[in-house]
Amino acid sequence: MRLLLAGLLISTISIVSLQAQEIEKIGIPGLEEILAANEDQLHVVNFWATWCPPCVTELPYFEKLSKEFSSKGVKFILISLDFPSQIDSKLIPFLKKNKVTADVRVMTNLDYNSWIDKVDGNWQGNIPVTLFFNNARSIKYFHPSELSEKELRDLIIKYKLQ
Amino acid sequence: MKKYLYMTMAAIMMTGLLSAQSQYKAGDVASDFRLKNVKGEPVSLADNKDADGFIVAFWCNTCPVVKKYDQRLQALHAKYAPKGYPVVAINSNDPAVSPGDSFEKMKETAAKLNYKFEYLFDETQEVARKYGATNTPHIYILSWKDGKLVVDYVGAIDNNADDASVADKKYAEDALDSILEGQAVALTGTKAVGCGIKWKKS
Repeated sequence: MRLLLAGLLISTISIVSLQAQEIEKIGIPGLEEILAANEDQLHVVNFWATWCPPCVTELPYFEKLSKEFSSKGVKFILISLDFPSQIDSKLIPFLKKNKVTADVRVMTNLDYNSWIDKVDGNWQGNIPVTLFFNNARSIKYFHPSELSEKELRDLIIKYKLQ
Repeated sequence: MKKYLYMTMAAIMMTGLLSAQSQYKAGDVASDFRLKNVKGEPVSLADNKDADGFIVAFWCNTCPVVKKYDQRLQALHAKYAPKGYPVVAINSNDPAVSPGDSFEKMKETAAKLNYKFEYLFDETQEVARKYGATNTPHIYILSWKDGKLVVDYVGAIDNNADDASVADKKYAEDALDSILEGQAVALTGTKAVGCGIKWKKS
């Protein structure tokens, strides 16, 4: 019985710690590293938040197409702009509830003006936005608003390695 | 010859489109407008004869970032309206896309939060388009100069949406303090994460 309890406790702890590890927090250096990736492949970086209804609408398209295209050399990163005070209360439960398996990171630097232009000079700070790039081939396309599933698929097909 | 004409026409049309999307920046002359407030009365900036300028805030009822800044916008009005710079908030969201941003809901929000500043409905979205506002919240500080409304600052209120107490760059206050001291505004534009304005589906 004691063993069972201990086992339960250990598995509970490991689940909790797994959850805590689920989401990587990044600051400006982490963002710069993502943007500077020079593997010869298409990178699709979406900026979103759980508090943004159009972001939540398009998230399943990213989830679905990341499953479809990850094996075809396309790398997806979803950067959440949820407030740091709401990572545990909103973001992680949201990801769990919606069974999001895509690579989600959370940007914890709130001094937005110091990094928005690093993503794209045309970005006004509205979300969702999506950046498509392959630095090895000098490909860069910034999409300044939400995407339908078809638009996202078409853009991936347009910019990925043929 | 005809080809040139078409090309020129296309170029003019393109320029028109581009300029329609561009955003006011410091030094530009801003347009006045006539929009109804939550009492249903039409309001223009020029109606306020006591103001030396305005803190025009593209705003709404629903955006969580706006909610984070609610107290801060009210504090700006309390501090700067007596100094000649009242807040004028404008909701440009299309209620068909964002039902919580209807005129009725604006009335409720203004009453509930006890807004002391004008809260206006930009039903046609013409003002947001003209100003080049993209987000809520999105702040434009304007000053009367020789009968014209000149833009002094465009952007965020400060640099921490989540927690006012740790914001260490108070962009809007710094700009207003400089204006009131007759100094040049050091930082005339900033960018910040916010909710995109909910445009009408064309």
